[in-house]
Amino acid sequence: MTDLRRGCHPYVPFAGIRELMRSRSVTAWLAASMSVVLLTSACGGSGAGTGAGVTDAAITVNTTEPENPLVPGNTTETGGGKVVRSLFTGLVEYDTATAEPRNAVAESITTTDSKVYTITLKPGWTFHDGTPVTAKSFADAWNYTAYSPNAQQGASFFTQIQGFADVNAQDPDGSAGPQKAPEPKAKEMSGLKAVDDRTLEVTLAAPFSVFPTQLGYSSFAPLPASFFADKAAFEANPVGNGPFRFVSRRPGASITVERYDAYAGARKPSVKTVEFRVYESSEAAYADVVSNNLDFLDVIPPSAIAGSLFTTDLAGRNVSQTYLGIQSVSFPIYDARYQDAKLRQAISMAVDRDAINKQIFNGLKVPADGFVAPKVPGRAEAQCGELCTYQPAKAKALFDATGFQGPVQLTSNADSGNKEWMQAACVTISSALGRECTFVPVPTFGEFRTAINAGKMTAPYRTGWVADYPSIENFMNPLYRTGGSSNDGGYSNPAVDALLARADAAPSTEAGNALYQEAERLVVQDMPAVPLYFQSVQAGWSDRLAVAEVNQFRELDLFSVAVT
Amino acid sequence: MGRYVLRRLLQLVPVFIGTTFLIYLLVWALPGDPFAAKCGDRGCPDAYVSAMREKFGLDENVVVQYLNYLGNLLRGDFGETFSGIAVGDLIANAYPVTLRLAIVALLIEALIGLTAGILTGLRSGGYLDNLVLVTTLFLIAVPVFVTGYVLQTVLGLRLGIISPTVSSSAAFGELLVPGFVLGSLSMAYVARLTRTSIAENRRADYVRTAVAKGLHPRRVVGVHLLRNSAIPVITFLGTDLGALMGGAIVTEGIFNIRGVGGLVFRAIQTKEGATVTGVVVLLVIVYLLMNLLVDVLYAVLDPRIRLD
Repeated sequence: MTDLRRGCHPYVPFAGIRELMRSRSVTAWLAASMSVVLLTSACGGSGAGTGAGVTDAAITVNTTEPENPLVPGNTTETGGGKVVRSLFTGLVEYDTATAEPRNAVAESITTTDSKVYTITLKPGWTFHDGTPVTAKSFADAWNYTAYSPNAQQGASFFTQIQGFADVNAQDPDGSAGPQKAPEPKAKEMSGLKAVDDRTLEVTLAAPFSVFPTQLGYSSFAPLPASFFADKAAFEANPVGNGPFRFVSRRPGASITVERYDAYAGARKPSVKTVEFRVYESSEAAYADVVSNNLDFLDVIPPSAIAGSLFTTDLAGRNVSQTYLGIQSVSFPIYDARYQDAKLRQAISMAVDRDAINKQIFNGLKVPADGFVAPKVPGRAEAQCGELCTYQPAKAKALFDATGFQGPVQLTSNADSGNKEWMQAACVTISSALGRECTFVPVPTFGEFRTAINAGKMTAPYRTGWVADYPSIENFMNPLYRTGGSSNDGGYSNPAVDALLARADAAPSTEAGNALYQEAERLVVQDMPAVPLYFQSVQAGWSDRLAVAEVNQFRELDLFSVAVT
Repeated sequence: MGRYVLRRLLQLVPVFIGTTFLIYLLVWALPGDPFAAKCGDRGCPDAYVSAMREKFGLDENVVVQYLNYLGNLLRGDFGETFSGIAVGDLIANAYPVTLRLAIVALLIEALIGLTAGILTGLRSGGYLDNLVLVTTLFLIAVPVFVTGYVLQTVLGLRLGIISPTVSSSAAFGELLVPGFVLGSLSMAYVARLTRTSIAENRRADYVRTAVAKGLHPRRVVGVHLLRNSAIPVITFLGTDLGALMGGAIVTEGIFNIRGVGGLVFRAIQTKEGATVTGVVVLLVIVYLLMNLLVDVLYAVLDPRIRLD
């Protein structure tokens, strides 16, 4: 019953970076000392406009019950995220097909040193209440989200901005301890300046070349003045600047949004109304989409994936494609038994990724050849090399040499349909290593995460990662840097940290990406996590939809929808 | 009679307090931190977790938490979910839907079950009796989710007679098939219970007397036999309403009915004590009131029973 919301789905934002790289290289020789235009203002890319024109059509899209009020800085999960992203548009948006970032509200984003960014806003953008979108709308929203007493989930996205530490006080003994976090020193980040209505100047604490790409994540969305005046009223009736405006919500049942006709973006949606309908189970949603009772479903249930049933049930109206996500098994490196990199490499080579893909996923996933998902800007092919291929003999030799005692164990929460492939992985590990491998299920995702957060895992555990923003950086820093926000296994390698720091400060995206890739190669040798497969999305839609494109964050691109 | 009802109603108070406390304690004792799973594979920021814990008073002793909850409840405030929705609103949306579903199920099981039971009870051993025997055995053996998925797939997907899921308005017409699914198991029990009861009472003295008086057979069965045979069936049906409401979770999941089953399921998963307790408390009250109603009906049906 829970397939829709549990599991590997940390964050599912939007998609994009090649635009960024291209424009950088073009302008780099133009002006060595002058500011470098990071993002061109053109839209370009695929899927710009739908050609269907503006219609009165109403469509229904599946969702899960949002876990937080519909405030962009506090929404990091899928169900609320897709609604928030229909209501808000950030400075940057990501291309549907390529995940490349391009300017949305921003007219230009310029910097000379990747440390001080000058962001100019396009004129004519308004919130749904008619007030203009100004530099202050962004500055206030970011300050609000970053200010720790406001307790927003998206606060960590502003870590790079100068003065973040002053507004975000750390709890000295964590959330579980008796001590409370002190009152932050300041209410606003010193690096954030709204110079005038259309100019926002952002100073980072240290150079960070990926910053402009980050800006498309929903935590960076602007908030109208009305939010700060009355938060309860805003939560009941969110006011954004996106292509759709909020109409109504029935908790547990549906959220309805309607096209905002004064939307200033280059692309306009052709449908008038979108109803996000809450489904408790993906099976029920699937039955509805097959019988044209629901217009779009982005989670085909396992029962319909089996034997590729959905390709016959939804002939001509389904899609299967990769998105920016990876599924891996991470080691609790704080546990002495897993501190040997050779052991971790052996387990990686003992997993027959192709066999699992064929038997469990019908060949719909892509076996992982590195830590970075396909289409992520900056990704290099086959970074993992032989270590991510099935090498039973080498794996066994390596494994036996480590002197690992006891059975090999893998663990995961059992409420999200991960049991089958974890068990299959165990079978291939057992047969390759000649040592028993058992799958240890944890009943709920909550218990599973509690143990991970507390650093109490005793066996390699499932980890899923979906990009927040399209950059190789997002697959490295949070996961493999010492103290990274999602580095739960406690992995630490000073050489990797140094490379990542150099990559962050790189003068250009290309140079940065090359360094991130170098760091990735180092991480591969340490194998703190075994990359298993890249995520793919299977989606289906009703006969009524002529066009429905899924973006690189496995969400329906509402702009692309055309109704017959 | 009035005093009896009053006494029973007063008994509700301790039962109410006891059940709420037990449920609250059980949810509290569930393993896992409710905020550990809220931010996906990236742990939630400490500031967020601390603020939420403080807002919902989770750092307090469980008894203090419970007393706060009870205090708010007595003032009509069911509290709010971790996502900031008033639990009262959720309950107000979900309860009527589940109640409608349970009533539809109850009507279907009563109608079909009683009819089958009476017919087979009067003519036991015949073709019809064997048919009902086999059918009820089958219904008892097949789990609800199988019946549900089969009917949804056949009637909804392949034949297109019904919509595979129920809309958020959940009108009575839409609930016929889910109601049948939900009530199918109890329907089998009702049929068998009625059959046994009727078959037993057919040989009772008062039936023989009625027949000897020269009463029309329809009157013998309809008034004398049925009224007395109905007691165990009424007991079953009465308590079944509560069971149907609380046990609708599978049916609700299959047909995407926005009732209390899904609400409780989600709340248990996210450790939302306020939601679980609020919903279950109302279920307990339904149970208690139905039991009371059944007891009162005994006296109506069987003149030998006196309540006071």
